[in-house]
Amino acid sequence: MAAEVVETEAVDGPCRLRRFSCELGLLSRPDGSAAFLQGDTSVLAGLYGPAEAKISKELPDRAALDVLLRPKVGLPGVLERSREQLLQQTCEAVVLGVLHPRTAISLVLQVLSDAGSLLSCCLNAACMALLDAGLPLSALFCGVTCALQPDGAILLDPTARQEQEARAILTFAIASTDRKVLMVTTKGSCSVQEMQQCLAVAQRAADTIFQFYRDSVRRRYSKS
Amino acid sequence: MAAAFKCTTTNYVSVDEKPTKKENCRPDGRELGEFRTTTVNIGKCLCSITTADGSALVKLGNTTVICGVKAELAAPAADSANKGYIVPNVELPSLCAERFRSGPPGEEAQAASQFIADVIENSQMIVKEDLCIANGKLAWVLYCDIICLDYDGNLLDASVFALLAALKNVQLPLVTINEETGLSEVNLKQKNPLIIRKHPVATSFAIFDDTLLIVDPTAEEEDLATGTVTIVTDEEGRLCSVHKPGTSKFTTKKPMGDDGTR
Repeated sequence: MAAEVVETEAVDGPCRLRRFSCELGLLSRPDGSAAFLQGDTSVLAGLYGPAEAKISKELPDRAALDVLLRPKVGLPGVLERSREQLLQQTCEAVVLGVLHPRTAISLVLQVLSDAGSLLSCCLNAACMALLDAGLPLSALFCGVTCALQPDGAILLDPTARQEQEARAILTFAIASTDRKVLMVTTKGSCSVQEMQQCLAVAQRAADTIFQFYRDSVRRRYSKS
Repeated sequence: MAAAFKCTTTNYVSVDEKPTKKENCRPDGRELGEFRTTTVNIGKCLCSITTADGSALVKLGNTTVICGVKAELAAPAADSANKGYIVPNVELPSLCAERFRSGPPGEEAQAASQFIADVIENSQMIVKEDLCIANGKLAWVLYCDIICLDYDGNLLDASVFALLAALKNVQLPLVTINEETGLSEVNLKQKNPLIIRKHPVATSFAIFDDTLLIVDPTAEEEDLATGTVTIVTDEEGRLCSVHKPGTSKFTTKKPMGDDGTR
């Protein structure tokens, strides 16, 4: 399988994204696979589906989507389960499951390295894997993490060090249609105005990420 | 979907002798922004868990959640010698609803446990340094067990409320370390309450078709909803946690809704 590596420059200005890179179709067994790198954080996603579902798990009117998130070290714990629930519900919102009833779609994510903004990297890898598998989607989504520093400044795509120093970390999953918010999760406390400011910044950054998706897919299919 | 939901609502009400068609009301007769009747029983007399150090029973309509807090002593971790531990655990036994089977904790229980742990951490309602007795030697561990007895929707709100009530009920005995022997001495006669710095309150909403937000959904409303969102605020109005686990897109202009001023 040809692997495409596409890189992007960081957005200039006070809110910078780290260098992104993405490889599509790097695994031979899954129907869709993607490796997404944000700075030093990298996640590998593999998607199987739509495939036959176990009778206990099949849904009569739509596809049953389940997500497995494997941490880099150790066994999956409660934190991974919580993140799996967030990823699963975000993916279910965009995948047109009604076109494939009584099937199962399995998304497996493996954390390769964690240097901050892990959940948004997982979201981006998941979306790229869905694209690579060719599943019908109503919208794309991207993950953006914002860190609120003690002095009130907003940092995008924080590193692990910046996450530790921040007083609040907000992760958003933003849909490509109208930049609507699919998923929000916060760590630490902030005021309502600060959250709205972070959301506005994240929605602007989402434009860069969607353009990156477009470029990756274009590069992948432009070679004959 | 929202239109169909509204349609069934008005039909249900009109079965009465006086067909007063109430617009924008739910099957149980509530307004869109109305909570169910909330009851809380705290402590050994009312809640009747005599073995726990603090306990509370919360009923939000039919949803019944009981929280028991047990305090034990342990050595603090090597990298945080001045911090104690708070270990929340949410259990959804097969008693509370037919969809939960007995066995290892399912995904919903684990996600709820993580949510409670995040709320404790984000709101700083208990500062772990307050749980330390002797730096590097002895600290309190608070095991908070939240068990759902009857699941009728809105588990997270009830759990946060039960946890807060139980923690306020906890009385910790005074522990001193004997300097000569190095052993800890527990004085059961002298008890002090826990220092609770913040009082977070969770409010959950069910979203229908991206347009309708209803507060405190029942299990039936949660199943029909296209999404849910839970917002936790403290007494200063700061957001401790916004938990929107996907589905149902939100625009930025959407109002946050009435945060629980209860």
